[in-house]
Amino acid sequence: MSLLTPFKRASGLGSTSDGVKHWWMQRMTAVALVPLTLWVAFAVASHVGADYATVAAWFAKPFTTTMLTLFVFTAFFHASQGLTVVIEDYIHHDGVKVTALVAMKLVLVLLGTSSILSVLRVAFAG
Amino acid sequence: MAEFKLPANSVIKEGKTWPAPAGATRVKNFRIYRYDPDSGQNPRWDTYQIDLDKCGPMVLDALLKIKNEIDPSLTFRRSCREGICGSCSMNIGGTNTLACIKAIGAFDGDLQISPLPHMSVVKDLVPDLTHFYAQYASIKPWMQTRTPAPPDREHLQSPEDRKKLDGLYECILCASCSTSCPSYWWNSDRYLGPAVLLQAYRWVVDSRDEATGERLDNLEDPFRLYRCHTIMNCTNTCPKGLNPAKAIGELKKKMIERR
Repeated sequence: MSLLTPFKRASGLGSTSDGVKHWWMQRMTAVALVPLTLWVAFAVASHVGADYATVAAWFAKPFTTTMLTLFVFTAFFHASQGLTVVIEDYIHHDGVKVTALVAMKLVLVLLGTSSILSVLRVAFAG
Repeated sequence: MAEFKLPANSVIKEGKTWPAPAGATRVKNFRIYRYDPDSGQNPRWDTYQIDLDKCGPMVLDALLKIKNEIDPSLTFRRSCREGICGSCSMNIGGTNTLACIKAIGAFDGDLQISPLPHMSVVKDLVPDLTHFYAQYASIKPWMQTRTPAPPDREHLQSPEDRKKLDGLYECILCASCSTSCPSYWWNSDRYLGPAVLLQAYRWVVDSRDEATGERLDNLEDPFRLYRCHTIMNCTNTCPKGLNPAKAIGELKKKMIERR
């Protein structure tokens, strides 16, 4: 039986004075992803059926390289922010929660880094 | 962990049926959640057949009729019977609302009534709101000033500043909104929920209050405030027609504004 008072329970460990940045970055990356995703979708669609050399040449254009890198970075950053909230929402076991958060971040960093390196490799090495 | 299945002792069984008196013409079935923790039995759905020609127009009238004339063991909270005390909040026909201002005629067919969702049940339709009230106390819902009021009168407020409290001061803390919110279901240990956040905003925008910064400090937390994902169940269900989701949005704006 717990003898904590209701007020003690409601106050918990106090406010963390944190969360604004996370919320704001999630919103900002969401807004940035609207034009980025539209651009990527249209750009990729317009290259359907093109051969490798054509696409590699398109990748090598400075604007394309910039946009693709930005898209991949923003998408993975946004995914990480969103999945953090999902895990915090639904997983209440402390150990499982921390493990899930770290594993999720590691996987996204791995996928994000390899995606960006792939873009750069095609752009610079052809 | 978020629970998606009821624990074995919470599974609701089929209960008793209380038939309508002979000669009743306009009969409606009220399926009501019954639970008595002292009995050690699972909760059950009891069905009461009510003759609407012998019953008042509101859901609370039907509940009172059941308690007075059919089954005095039915337990629920009620007081003002005009939507201002917030006592008779419960889930009626799938939506949290106040029994006293919800017309029976708004529902076709059988009407199902259960306590506010995802709260501990004290008995039948009475939920345990202790934590909800403690969370309300934690936002210090009273005026905090350093400047003493003028000796001959209270702190003054312009009509424009007073207008900012419209849509907030009407909240009667019935908990319909908070208990309709999945974020509150999963994380009410730390998330304050729409009702308490609306009340917190009511003090943040009060022009006379001088603790605005401390109030925002207290709310700035991934769980206390930011568990709100703006799904708007709160605004949808509020029996007073208020908009807690907007109040929470305004709090988030204030957090950005002061960065």
